[in-house]
Amino acid sequence: MTGSDGTGVRVAITGMGLVTPVGTGVEAVWESLSQGRSGIGRITQFDTTGYPTQIAGEVRDFEPELYMDRKTARHVARYCQLGLAAARMAVEDSGLRPSTMDPDAVGVVLSSGAGGMEEIERGHRMLLERGVSRISPFTAPMMITDIAAGLVAIELQAGGPNYAVVSACASSGHAIADGFEVIRRGDAVAMIAGGAEASLTPLMIGAFCQLSAMSRRNQDPTAASRPFDMGRDGFVMSEGAAVLVLEEMGHAVSRGARIWGEVLGAGASADMYHFTAPDPEGRGAARAMRAALRKARLAPADVDYVNAHGTSTQLGDIAETLAIHQVLGERARTVPVSSTKSMTGHLLGAAGAIEAAACVLAMDRGLLPPTINLEDQDPQCDLDYVPNQARPADVRVSLSNSFGFGGHNASLVLGRGTSTNAKGA
Amino acid sequence: MSATNPAPSGEPLDFSELQRMAGEILGVDADRVQLDVSFARDLAADSLDLVELIMAIEDRYQVSLPPERLEGMRKVGDLWEFLQEQHGAA
Repeated sequence: MTGSDGTGVRVAITGMGLVTPVGTGVEAVWESLSQGRSGIGRITQFDTTGYPTQIAGEVRDFEPELYMDRKTARHVARYCQLGLAAARMAVEDSGLRPSTMDPDAVGVVLSSGAGGMEEIERGHRMLLERGVSRISPFTAPMMITDIAAGLVAIELQAGGPNYAVVSACASSGHAIADGFEVIRRGDAVAMIAGGAEASLTPLMIGAFCQLSAMSRRNQDPTAASRPFDMGRDGFVMSEGAAVLVLEEMGHAVSRGARIWGEVLGAGASADMYHFTAPDPEGRGAARAMRAALRKARLAPADVDYVNAHGTSTQLGDIAETLAIHQVLGERARTVPVSSTKSMTGHLLGAAGAIEAAACVLAMDRGLLPPTINLEDQDPQCDLDYVPNQARPADVRVSLSNSFGFGGHNASLVLGRGTSTNAKGA
Repeated sequence: MSATNPAPSGEPLDFSELQRMAGEILGVDADRVQLDVSFARDLAADSLDLVELIMAIEDRYQVSLPPERLEGMRKVGDLWEFLQEQHGAA
């Protein structure tokens, strides 16, 4: 597959690490996604009495000390704990050992939408209740949104370019796009790229309740995230982390690495429309998808599968459907499009990365993860959303969309790897 | 950052409690916290760790450690000595 543009540099995906509400580790996550299993439940992390929304996708039974020492675990926010866990898994999966390489060789772009929200809330509570002298000296480094990238560099000894990209729910789509570009321009051999989010906190959930953006289907949590379905009533917030190891193809091949897949292109755009609502005609989203295809030097006809942003909001699902029509034209009705958020919920700043991983796995396994809870399809959402059941398919090229508040759009074009497990579908 | 209840006044100081608190906050086994042990060299505590430990101790023992005393806190014994002074003065 020739996907890259004039630089001639190709970027492989050689490792994946996932810590999500539908499982920890690639195989556990794939089992859930391929079986249409929801990870949504009642919120257990705080008392939700009085909250209109009381459901979310929590990472259950997470033990930070499996991935870092006790002191480090105490001094980083939960999003960093999840992010470091996913990064360790991804790097281990890749077989790379950054500590034995040139310090410039491996970098990190690890994003988060909200950062250490629980530490902001804790620090503020101490300030109000007990005064400035009782704010922890660790509050500042724990709350900031970039620190996961720094933590991963320290723990894994990866000294290349290091930062977070912040664009709300498009953050880790942009992180993977940036990691891809860093390698293409020759600034690193490999990039640990993805997102981490853990903002199921009283303030964050409360703030999103006030936006009327989240599902209130508290009595039936696993049915709450229902993209493209008439019964949808908002998105379901989740936490988790997803990290990919991106690696210059020649380097990956020469060391005999498993090539899970390939980043072929990435595109970004702004809606120029509204802080929180998508452009109802999906024009910004369409421009991002086109830009990604252009960079990949591929045509709309090459797209075999779209992993939709598909958050299960009234406006968003329709706008994205229109955008896909604009980009794929006649083929839009036949190209399968699914929203894995129907199962994972919305991992916000980690959504783009978990969905990129879902695309890679769909191509690798020759099976499209479904959109679950799709029982009464919105007539304004008129694509093939792979309803309710995974479907065998031969997928060579996937398009993954991520859109964020602020009108940020990120689209990735991903290609199948060379070590596919697809069974000749 | 765990909140601790203030010690009841008149209760004797308990070194094992200090060991437990320091162990928890500095991420080391409590029995490594001994009087002649250096915070920085032996327990890998940096200045932020020490501030956190002092905050917990101030809460627990209802004392206030002046910044100039913090400078001199090199060993666990320095901290224990300060606590005993404060306890005697109470």
